[in-house]
Amino acid sequence: MQLESLYQEIILDHYRRPHHKGLREPYDAQVEHVNPVCGDEVTLRVALSGPGTDATVADISYDSLGCSISQASVSVMADLLIGKRVGEAMEVCERFLALMQSKGADAGEEDLLGDAVAFAGVSKYPARIKCALLGWMAWKDATAQAVDKAGSIA
Amino acid sequence: MSVVADTAAPARPLDTDAVRADFPILSRTVRGGSPLVYLDSGATSQKPRQVLDAARAVYERSNAAAHRGAHLLSEEATDAYEGARADVAAFIGADPGEVVFTRNATEAVNLVAYAMSNAATAGPQAERFRVGSGDEILATELEHHANLVPWQQLCQRTGATLRWIPVTPDGRLEETGLDELITPRTKLVALTAQSNVTGAIPPVAEIAARAHRAGALVIADGAQAVPHHRVDVTTLGADFLVLSAHKMLAPYGIGVLYGRRELLEAMPPFLTGGSMIEVVRMEGSTFLPPPQRFEPGVPSVAEAAGLSAACAYLNALGMDNVEAHEQMLTAHALEALAQIPGLRILGPATVADRGGAVSFTMEGVHPHDLGQVLDERGIAVRTGHHCAWPLHRALGVQASTRASFYVYNTPAEVEALAEGIRAAQRFFSA
Repeated sequence: MQLESLYQEIILDHYRRPHHKGLREPYDAQVEHVNPVCGDEVTLRVALSGPGTDATVADISYDSLGCSISQASVSVMADLLIGKRVGEAMEVCERFLALMQSKGADAGEEDLLGDAVAFAGVSKYPARIKCALLGWMAWKDATAQAVDKAGSIA
Repeated sequence: MSVVADTAAPARPLDTDAVRADFPILSRTVRGGSPLVYLDSGATSQKPRQVLDAARAVYERSNAAAHRGAHLLSEEATDAYEGARADVAAFIGADPGEVVFTRNATEAVNLVAYAMSNAATAGPQAERFRVGSGDEILATELEHHANLVPWQQLCQRTGATLRWIPVTPDGRLEETGLDELITPRTKLVALTAQSNVTGAIPPVAEIAARAHRAGALVIADGAQAVPHHRVDVTTLGADFLVLSAHKMLAPYGIGVLYGRRELLEAMPPFLTGGSMIEVVRMEGSTFLPPPQRFEPGVPSVAEAAGLSAACAYLNALGMDNVEAHEQMLTAHALEALAQIPGLRILGPATVADRGGAVSFTMEGVHPHDLGQVLDERGIAVRTGHHCAWPLHRALGVQASTRASFYVYNTPAEVEALAEGIRAAQRFFSA
């Protein structure tokens, strides 16, 4: 049935036992994003290591309130992006965004998106796309701020 | 549906089979063939064939710009528009001249809020609408954003201070501190006639009487009240009442501001342009009396005709019967939902002074997820903060799920809701 294709077991697992949750030090930038439609919110921190374009995502920590899709999505994202170079992580983020906008036409590339392909079904539910993107957009914003900050220091 | 309302008779149950037959959309299926269980009338109601036909008839027979043009169609369009104004006025116990058509209830509230700030430069007759530093606007924590944000903005524009009546834990207005809140500084009290979240029906007349003793004006948000109860402006006590047509079986794009005649006469305009002017010169313009002063642009005739047909439809059902029907559904829902472990009703637990919006939270299941499971079963509900974020904050929740009822809903649909909630609980607890 449709419900199981939306709520894949991977999503429910991350929802029940989120990874990397909780705000941690040190961090380079912190953002707060909300979904104005439902009030879901995430506070997300990004720590980078290394210089300029070679910087690596050293840590993503977050505190969040929201539905299973938004909670699982930020958890999967943290798993996926921590340890990646910033440029590489941005590319994953763009691919995830494209997957969410695919209206169900795209299954997602598992080698690039890993567990995040489980969210492919979300793209068929326009009202839920923002849920899935909440953490990703927060990460993108925080990372851009952290990169800017690093740039202005260097 | 061919019954004629008898207001003297005790409320009788609505014949929901006959009512449902008037609503084409209720015969469609959703999500893989499920019958539609529409429990989101608080957001927008469905429309009966009679309303759709009335709007269509304007376009097919009498489409023209009302109040302008020297031809027959324009006359017919004007008749349809002004006839609708008279019908809406009768529906709420007002005079036609006290009924202003707006785009929606939100615009109606903004009309008053902007008239108040425009009063600063509008001449002596507008004096009583002026607000500034030291003045207070009193809202409530129960409000929909539409009857809150315009007042925040008015305060920001004028230097007035916004205060608010808090809510009780069961989602009613906290009335104990009213004497401290309603003072000679209070210029206007803005309150809902029925909460869109908790269903609570505040004592508008009593609060209005206090406000009037203090010299304040009162605006009531009737968006959730007028579609569901007999509301008469002569006993409501408010100086202004706003309503939303699309929540009472009528088309989108039209709302109403009722205002006491002497107030509308003294109020400066909000939106300006064609149709609302008396004389225009390059140096400046004078404006028509109300209601035309507040209706710039070509009138929405088809929408007004649809609203008129909606009033006729509700009159034929009888507003007392409509109210009794919804009260029966609400009582049934409160009872059925109370039996579900982990479910918390946001709002009064009984139907006394309470309308048919039933919002709730469910332990372990976020409203979005609950709404998704219900949707999969064909049940349409609202999830989120329902444009009442401060109220949710006051009740200590981030978001909720809301079922809201209207004339076409049945006890079986309430039972489908309860069963759907249990299914969601099973799905997410696994």
